[in-house]
Amino acid sequence: MIYHELVIVGGGLAGLRAAIEAKKQGIDVAIVSQVWPGRSHSGAAQGGVNAALANHPDSADDTWEKHAFDTVKGSDYLADQDAVAQMTKDAIPVIYELDHAGCPFSRFDDGRIAQRPFGGAGYPRTCYGADKTGHYMLHTMVEQAIEAGVPMYVEWFVARLVVDEGVCRGVVAYDMVGGTFELFQAEAVVIATGGAGRVYSNSTNAIISTGYGMAMAYHAGVALKDLEFVQFHPTGLLTTNILMSEGARGEGGYLLNGLGERFMQKYAPKAMELAPRDITSRSIQTEINEGRGIDGKGYVYLDLRHLGAPKILEKLPGIRDLAIHFEGVDPIEEPIPIVPSQHYSMGGIDTDMDGRTSMPGLYAAGECACVSVHGANRLGGNSLLETVVFGRRTGAAAAQYIDGLEDLGGSAAAGEEALADVRDRVRNLANREGGEDPYAIRAAMTSTMKEHFGVFREASVMQAGLDKMLDLKVRVKEAELRHAGGVFNLDMIRTFELEGMVDVALGIAAGALARTESRGSHSRTDFPDRDDANWLKHTLAFYQTDGGPRLEAKAVGLGMFEPQERKY
Amino acid sequence: MPEATFRIKRHNPEKLDDQNGTGDDRYDDFTVPYESSLTVLEGLFYIQENLDGSLSFRYCCRAAVCGSCAMYINGTYRLACQTNVRHLDDGPITVEPMPHMPVVKDLVCDMTDFFAKYETVMPHIIRNSAPPEKEIIQSPEDRKKLDMPVDCILCGSCYSSCPSVWGEGNYLGPAALLKAYRFEVDSRDEARKERLPRFDNERGSYRCHTITNCVEACPKELNPTEAIQWLKGAAVRRRLLGRAK
Repeated sequence: MIYHELVIVGGGLAGLRAAIEAKKQGIDVAIVSQVWPGRSHSGAAQGGVNAALANHPDSADDTWEKHAFDTVKGSDYLADQDAVAQMTKDAIPVIYELDHAGCPFSRFDDGRIAQRPFGGAGYPRTCYGADKTGHYMLHTMVEQAIEAGVPMYVEWFVARLVVDEGVCRGVVAYDMVGGTFELFQAEAVVIATGGAGRVYSNSTNAIISTGYGMAMAYHAGVALKDLEFVQFHPTGLLTTNILMSEGARGEGGYLLNGLGERFMQKYAPKAMELAPRDITSRSIQTEINEGRGIDGKGYVYLDLRHLGAPKILEKLPGIRDLAIHFEGVDPIEEPIPIVPSQHYSMGGIDTDMDGRTSMPGLYAAGECACVSVHGANRLGGNSLLETVVFGRRTGAAAAQYIDGLEDLGGSAAAGEEALADVRDRVRNLANREGGEDPYAIRAAMTSTMKEHFGVFREASVMQAGLDKMLDLKVRVKEAELRHAGGVFNLDMIRTFELEGMVDVALGIAAGALARTESRGSHSRTDFPDRDDANWLKHTLAFYQTDGGPRLEAKAVGLGMFEPQERKY
Repeated sequence: MPEATFRIKRHNPEKLDDQNGTGDDRYDDFTVPYESSLTVLEGLFYIQENLDGSLSFRYCCRAAVCGSCAMYINGTYRLACQTNVRHLDDGPITVEPMPHMPVVKDLVCDMTDFFAKYETVMPHIIRNSAPPEKEIIQSPEDRKKLDMPVDCILCGSCYSSCPSVWGEGNYLGPAALLKAYRFEVDSRDEARKERLPRFDNERGSYRCHTITNCVEACPKELNPTEAIQWLKGAAVRRRLLGRAK
């Protein structure tokens, strides 16, 4: 048994920032992560992080209120406005804090942090480090956590929570190198495991972005919120769905259809290529569906050639490398073939502004959480921001909770029970001969989500998809492990993940079918309009052992900005 | 449908107690069919899912930014995710863990020493003055000095390739020293004597004999050798001339 007062599951930006905050407040905190924290998916973020620093010559009168307005409008009014206000206010000191910690942001000539235009933003307020902002921020945060002396359990896969009479008291984790399951007892747990992109076959996300952390909370009875809102990034590479940053369009890149037209003129005449992601992805998909893809095929071009080699090499070197290595295209010479690709989970574990869930002792922060600051559509540059703002707040709230506890230590019995449960699960999987092939189930799930719950949605298509997912949920309970136990057992980790992924995917499917309107990323051809009278509310999904989730509604926090029609 | 043969070096730590005590070390051949494009990482997943569930390897971003999947592929350091089989020579694709490092299992090598050395160089900014209200002003020219070192993904290729590391287990190696350089050249860093003794010694920069294997091995095309020579010069200047930085 291992004991820390606070266990943080996940070592990306949100988890690291939470750990640093708790440590500052004198808490015995440790990070438990499936990968070395510097390898987390936060590092794949490219374009930047939003804050109304007003450094750009065109943003002298930018304010956090304007950032808040853009965020709320971008969310199609589903974001909670008090949470958005908190985030956009905190954004400014948080960026300075990152700079003071050594984050290598790009600079303007006067030596201040550089900012670029981004989709859906009224001002150029996206702070960036070339097109590798996430990598720079992540490494800076790892460095800060090391300096702070936060212990890290690296390559430990957390399999389940320990819940003792409705209170979260730890986790059970698989030590991948040691090859054993261990119990972590704790006073509180923060889940910071990132998004669930990999439930789709066409995701930009890292392979470890499975949503398993969300599933752990879900299985323990905590609601997942707004799962149906799935962001499709307009520009994923055609062959691999690897992200081509929005920064490419922020720097002036064009989107071209098969006729060579800058087709965004039809859909967002003012914002053009810098319309928000939901609108841009729908525009691309419409061009493709109506036969105006390149050569009539299923993709369009992201064209950077007119930016010229010097600008591409200075501002977008990472994009260029990715296009060369993964698509065989040098953006200096040729346009890049791109398709809308699953990119971000707006939904996640239902939390308040301090990362609290409905379960005492359980917190969540980052993409796995849903505060909600992104509502129905996240603006580019707001996810890196969310991780550091809410990571910090969650670490502080968890620390305060632990300080207020009277009895430390928890009950050993609940922990031992959870550990025995996980070991039983492995034994059952391993002893099941002639069971279902987990990888066949995974492939069926990811293609079902892509085909039935994509950019455009419609009742009969979604119903068929939901039925397939319900069938997969039955099948996954019969999955067979081919390789049991031992060291660095990917078969076991990936089969565990699959069980969680199927439930999260089913939550997306059920929420999408139930929401009979179009809002943000959730775009229904059979209900093309937003319906504030009936649907200006969050969806809460509660796990049920059999079948899909039980759905409930939750009010949206309004008050600053009246819902209006979105035009760009 | 084209096929690729993967010849994978295997090691199983649970077989170390067997009669020959080698961890069942061997090479296994696998045939992987593919359509038009196949990365080595995709091939490894195909094998793990369809042919041998016990195969172990590291993965995460599959987009060459996380540094997880550095391996020795056909005798060259490569990121498995960034390596397309169509760019490799015909014949079997030999996939081995990074050499000169202890192996955990199959293609997973033990990075404990690598990260311990990284932590040794104080891999974080050191400031002695109070932070300004806003950002610390840094000119674009000063920022440019960071372009090369901040791209390091700590994959370990350079470290595994360095003969000075092979010969001296205590040598910090190119990645840790590149990290020290990254902060020493940062105009915002105010370290005076804090970080210097961490690299200005026989297990630090002076152990680099400019063999430049690290430059060749680096999948991000960085130049740790050059950075280490800068560290040597900076240390000498500070000692002889008493300069702060």
